[in-house]
Order: sequence, then C-alpha cells, then structure tokens
Amino acid sequence: MVIIENLHKKFGKNQVLSGVDLTINEGGIFAVLGPNGSGKTTLIKSVLGMVIPNKGNITVLGENIKKNSEYRHKIDYLPQIANFPSNLKVKELIKMIKDLRKPTTEDKRLIELFKIESFLDKKLGQLSGGTKQKVNLVLTFMFDSPLIILDEPTTGLDPISLIRLKDLIKAEKAKGKTILITSHIMSFVEEVSDEIVFILEGKIYFKGSIQELKTKTQQPDFEHAIASILSDNHA
Amino acid sequence: MLKILKYSFYDLMRSRWSYVYFAFYFLLGIVLLFLNNDLSKAVITLMNVIIVLVPLIGTIFGVMYYYNNKEFTELLLAQPLKRSSIFLGQYLGVAISLSMSLILGLGIPFVFYGLFESSAIWDFSLLIITGTFLTLIFTALAFNIALSNENKIKGFGYAILLWLFLAIIYDGLFLMTLIMFEDYPLDKLSLIGTMLNPIDLSRTLILLKLDISALLGYTGAVFKQFFGTSFGLIVSFIMLSVWVLLPVSRIIFKSKKKDF
Repeated sequence: MVIIENLHKKFGKNQVLSGVDLTINEGGIFAVLGPNGSGKTTLIKSVLGMVIPNKGNITVLGENIKKNSEYRHKIDYLPQIANFPSNLKVKELIKMIKDLRKPTTEDKRLIELFKIESFLDKKLGQLSGGTKQKVNLVLTFMFDSPLIILDEPTTGLDPISLIRLKDLIKAEKAKGKTILITSHIMSFVEEVSDEIVFILEGKIYFKGSIQELKTKTQQPDFEHAIASILSDNHA
Repeated sequence: MLKILKYSFYDLMRSRWSYVYFAFYFLLGIVLLFLNNDLSKAVITLMNVIIVLVPLIGTIFGVMYYYNNKEFTELLLAQPLKRSSIFLGQYLGVAISLSMSLILGLGIPFVFYGLFESSAIWDFSLLIITGTFLTLIFTALAFNIALSNENKIKGFGYAILLWLFLAIIYDGLFLMTLIMFEDYPLDKLSLIGTMLNPIDLSRTLILLKLDISALLGYTGAVFKQFFGTSFGLIVSFIMLSVWVLLPVSRIIFKSKKKDF
C-alpha cells in the first residue's frame, strides 16, 4: 500500500528523518507514535507530498509520488490544525472541497453523525476548536478513498464525538481500508490500532503489534511500554 | 487552476478590503473629475497616485493574503492538485481582484464624465493598463517574498522595503548617478535605468503620452524619441511583461521545492 525506502529529511541543520524504511500493507489501522519532534508529522507529510524529502523513495498504491499529484485522489487526509478561511461558511467549504475533488453524497451522513447541521450556515471563523475539528473530519471522511491519514484526530473532541469517531474508524477499517493515525492519546491508540510504528530520532524504532511491544519492553500495559522506550532512550 | 482562481477571487471579492480599495479609487476619480474639470490634469494626478499606491497595495495585499491563507493552502496541498495550479490560482485571484477594484473604481467615474467622447480615452487606457501591470508585478513579487520567508514579520518587512526601494530609493540613486556623471552622455544609461524599474517605466510612459515631456528638458527629448515611437512603446510593454513573467516563474519554481 505504502512503501517508504530510505527516507531522509533535513530542515536547515535539523535532521528530522534519517533513513526511514517502512512498508504498510493493505487493510488495518496503523498508529505512528513517537515523542514530540520525532518526525511523525514530517513522515506523514512526506507521504502526502507536502514535504519534499532530501533522499529516498515513496510509493503509494504502486505509484511513485515524486512530481505526481494524481495519487492523492486515493488519500483522505486530516490535518493536525484545522484552520480554514474564516469568512467562508461551513457548507461553502464542503461544497468547494467536493468541487475540487469529486462529487459525493457521503457528507450528509457525516454531518448528521457529528451533529453539525446547525453550524452549516455559520462562518468558519466563528466556530469553536472542537466544531472545526468535526468539520475537518467530515471533509476527510466524505471521500471513499482506500488510504486514510489522520493527524491527531482526537484534538478538541468531546467524549461523545470521540466515540463516534472511533466507530467511524472501525467502520472504515471493516471496508478494508488502510488507516494511518498519529496521536498522543495512548488509550485511543490502544483501542483502535492493529499495529504500531514507533519513531525515535528520525528512525523506525519499533514496528509490530501492541502485544509484541509489551513483550519486548517487559511492561504490563501499553502506556508504560511506551514510557519505558522513552526513558531508556533518554528522549 | 481555474477552480482555485475562482475561489480566491470570490473570497477576496467578499472581503471588506476590496471594497475599501474600490471606494478609494471611485471617490478619487469623482473628486478629480467633477471638482477639477480638467481631464488631463486629472489624469496626471491619478498617475501620481497610481504609481505609488498600486505597488504598495499590491505588495501588502499579496503578502497578507499568502500568510492569512497558509493553513488553507496546506489543506489544498493535500488534495489531488498540482502545486503550480494552487499558487498560480491564488496569485491570479489576488491580482485580478485588485485590478478589478482599480479598473472599476476609476472606470465608472470616467465613463460618467463622458470618457468615450473625449480625446483622453487613450491616456486613460494607458493609465489603467500600466496600473494593471503594476498590480500583476507587485503581487507576484509579494508572493515571492512570502514564499521565501516563513516568518510573517520578516516577510512584511521585506515587502515594504522592496516597495520603498522601487518607489523612492531607486529614483534617488538614479538621480545621484546622473548628477555625478553629468559630464558624460547619459541618455542610454538613463533609458536603461528607467527600463529596469517598473514604477519608473510606467511613470515615463504616461508622462510622455501626456505630451508634457517638454518639461523634462534634453533627457525628455531623448525619452520622447524612444518611448514616443511605437517601437519604444512595444519595448516598454515587453519589459513590463518580463517584470510579470520573471516573478511568476519563480513562484512556480519555488513552490515546487518548498516544504509545508
């Protein structure tokens, strides 16, 4: 599905990714974890073509992404910070993104699911952080793409929306889609993900199931397993 | 690209600033035409305002639009769109909406004044054309500055400096060179010097069209010989087009290599 080979990225003097090799197979939920500044977002943005790697190859669904924009038809991306043009109305934004990508009717179901009907006529600048995130989720999930990338999807969500989001993610997985998630909420990761990828200092430190991670670190629970990696590496 | 252009254009058409900018030219046009009653004087005053104000507004608007829309640009970058179409679309959206404010703001009062029956229509057209060129040039330069500077404050600073340099400092340096080397023949040098600054080029074009070049003395005569001919006019418009094309191609080049 996604093949990353020997990926290097430097921002100025700051080496963020130094030789990442990662293969993500089709189907299932993968969580990309790591301490702050470990390069999670850079990795995801490289896959999306927003960050241009210094070295290395990325293949998404068999297409090399270099100088290519068509492959993004197959990706749904939820950005970390949802900041939209403030004098645009919610429904205008949804219409616009549909116009830019492709027509869909899925948005109606998602609007209902996240209960944002009453905000459709409001301008995006007037919305609270959580509501913006819900709009963001609608924009992401309304296209039925085989690969979904979620950067901190839980930010600002209330508990009930969080439950709906989890159900949504599970439903998408049941359709056979591949979902990449980054999050700092360990309980969320533990609940939804099938496999985790741990990035440390620009390299893949661990890739496998949560159970394997617990065995490797000899910790009884997931949160402590992650903490033990971090304290062992002085990160 | 056209879709992005459409949305940026609508977005700007809805913003208060487009109307303020439009209203400014509209009022200026009305005041100059109906309180002054001398068309060629009105055109000269307008020229003086346009030559300074259009580049300033173009630079500030361009930089402001880019920084304000940064997050949204990131959203667009994750969509199946080419980078060049995103940035060119946004650039044209800003440049076209600014040009519209200028053209409509000045055009409407002039039409009411009876532009189509007067002989000043060519002077007026030249004024509008150079104004539009200046908008295209300075918005493109502003996008270049914004693309190269992550830091908003720095970006704004450079943008203002650029405007200050081309609108004021360049003329001062130019004049000083002319005075320092006054013993030498300077006609070629001053022609080239004028060509290299879009603001000077626009000003000279309009002044010569208005037939007040006699005021400029000997240099005026040389300029008249060059810019007054159709050859000079064509060369000037080519230069203005180069001034648009160079920064626009750098927008495309730079945006392809940038990380977001």
